[in-house]
Amino acid sequence: MSEIKIRVLLAKPGLDGHDRGVKVIARALRDAGMEVIYTGLRQTPEQIVNAALQEDVDIIGLSILSGAHMTIFPRVLDLMREKGMDDVLLFGGGIIPEDDIPKLKEAGVGAVFLPGASTEDIIKYIRENVKPRE
Amino acid sequence: MSNPAIINDRLDELQQEWEEKHLKTSLRKMPESQDEFSTVSLKPINRLYTPRDIENIDFERDINFPGMPPYTRGIHPTGYRAKPWTMRQFAGFGSAFDTNQRFKYLLEHGQTGLSTAFDLPTLMGYDSDHPVSEGEVGKCGVAISSREDMEVLFDGIPLDQVTTSMTINAPASMIFAFFLATAERQGVKWRDIGGTLQNDILKEYIAQKEWIYPPRPAMRLITDTFKFTAAEMPRWNSISISGYHIREAGATAAQELAFTLRDGIEYVEYGARVGLDVDEFAPRLSFFFNAHNDFFEEIAKYRAARRIWYRVMTERFKAKNPRSHQLRFHAQTAGVSLTVQQPINNISRVAIQALAAVLGGAQSLHCDGYDEALALPTERAALIALRTQQIIAHETGVVNAVDPLGGSYFVEKLTNELEEEAWEYFRKIDAMGGMVEAIEAGFPQKEIHESAYQYQRAVERDEKVIVGVNAYQMETNELGEANILQIDESVARLQEERLAKLRAQRDKAAAQRALDALKRGAEDPDVNTMPLLIDCARADCTLGEMCDALRPIFGEYQEPDF
Repeated sequence: MSEIKIRVLLAKPGLDGHDRGVKVIARALRDAGMEVIYTGLRQTPEQIVNAALQEDVDIIGLSILSGAHMTIFPRVLDLMREKGMDDVLLFGGGIIPEDDIPKLKEAGVGAVFLPGASTEDIIKYIRENVKPRE
Repeated sequence: MSNPAIINDRLDELQQEWEEKHLKTSLRKMPESQDEFSTVSLKPINRLYTPRDIENIDFERDINFPGMPPYTRGIHPTGYRAKPWTMRQFAGFGSAFDTNQRFKYLLEHGQTGLSTAFDLPTLMGYDSDHPVSEGEVGKCGVAISSREDMEVLFDGIPLDQVTTSMTINAPASMIFAFFLATAERQGVKWRDIGGTLQNDILKEYIAQKEWIYPPRPAMRLITDTFKFTAAEMPRWNSISISGYHIREAGATAAQELAFTLRDGIEYVEYGARVGLDVDEFAPRLSFFFNAHNDFFEEIAKYRAARRIWYRVMTERFKAKNPRSHQLRFHAQTAGVSLTVQQPINNISRVAIQALAAVLGGAQSLHCDGYDEALALPTERAALIALRTQQIIAHETGVVNAVDPLGGSYFVEKLTNELEEEAWEYFRKIDAMGGMVEAIEAGFPQKEIHESAYQYQRAVERDEKVIVGVNAYQMETNELGEANILQIDESVARLQEERLAKLRAQRDKAAAQRALDALKRGAEDPDVNTMPLLIDCARADCTLGEMCDALRPIFGEYQEPDF
């Protein structure tokens, strides 16, 4: 069981280029033994979901600092449903007002990490929520 | 010219006595709280600094008087005694109408210069109605797609009476063209306008990552603006060479200093390559640094920056005009240091950071709003930020003496060490062939990522304390903030309508002719694109149309996977 690595797709949708956070997370998850695919900047929701399918990941993480989160998260969720990715989780982080977090969670986002979140918490969230593979 | 009175024969004796009789006892009774002390950049700091630490300093060569080379103590002989720094709060959100109101509000409350934040579509050269702009219009700054938008932005603000800064890089020359066309409509002469175009593409590849074209054609657009402003706009800063974003991306203070000044060297070299005399354009180069948490390290960074730039301009470029030798800079408090947790605490962080910028001799300053880890600042948060500057200027007394920390063993030693670290990076980057080559190899990007990661680890090991985040946490919301600035999608709809109307009403043939002329000019490296872009702005071409016209000629940048 422990031989199978958790596969994570990290993506930075939208036009924003601030990638300090997503790159630090990518490295921390790799150091924690996960397989991390980082898409690079400015991926559309379609590109992100297609990459997640192709890479057969367990979980997708989106980093959004631009204020476009209420547009982008729902679109990614819609596309994931369309493609039948019911067993894949979606989480996110960035500059996201607290009032928006319940709305995002209701829409199906598993967790939202704000500035100051520790990489340990993110690792713990992923380990506890990704379903073990057969 | 070291001062023999400072280092006298007794120094070593005294130090030995202190260590034996006082320090040892103290450490035995009360051990120090950490094995190692370090700055926020993880730079180790000694327990104490003494005259021994500055024994190699030559007063005339390294410090001197303010307004005299190497300008360590500032570029003005009287510091802030004649007038304080320019209080220039960065602002922009929603539509041009919204931001025009915020500008007027800030000016009414005593702000002395304007600074414009653009939204992400504008920063990337897309019109508000482009499909990729969806969800992003007016969110991180103001949406400007046309000359008409720019006219609304500065409506009722005479451009020759207040200096204006514009934070725009990849499409800097297009936005500048809108600005110049707006000035014409206001009846203001270009040569009477003071202000700054950020126009610093190198730090985009390094840190902020809002690019359009690859580095080399992008550098051509910049040297075109150097040529244009050198001839037409004596009060205009053609570039603001920016360490701010490099630091925000995770660089240490030394890396911020080194990469920013090495970018400056690159711009001077590219200017010289297109035939400009260094003294024609170097006096209008300006700089932009971060004001981060580590108080003394920041002050030392600014002092080192001025000294390094003096040495670079005189030794490397043989500049003769003293204005070319003087590094002038804007500072902004560190957005990355603001916490979502207990956001009211950010007011204190910002005040201390701003104080460091002032003690380091900033020419202009922006204080962040305390709510900016949550969203763009509300009017209230922006006003408190401006008031913070006014309190520092009028209440603390720090403006009374010029460079009040000059001569501090600690600050002078730190200044020297940061300068040395910068020269070391210059040697490495020179060996790679220059900053453009270093960027293409991913060198500064990788260095910054490493620093960002090490800092995050230090925080998670609790080696660095962030109040409210990994210490002194609270479950209650007493230091919280309920109101944040919300930008809804009505801004995008307004922009779509305005753009549709503009495209329908303009002289279509004239707009097309201007774009065609721009394309022809771009293909000839000897043609200056700036006048052609101004013609496009006058003909009501949109930002997206101008940027698109150049994409097939210049190509588009794709970041390699470093």
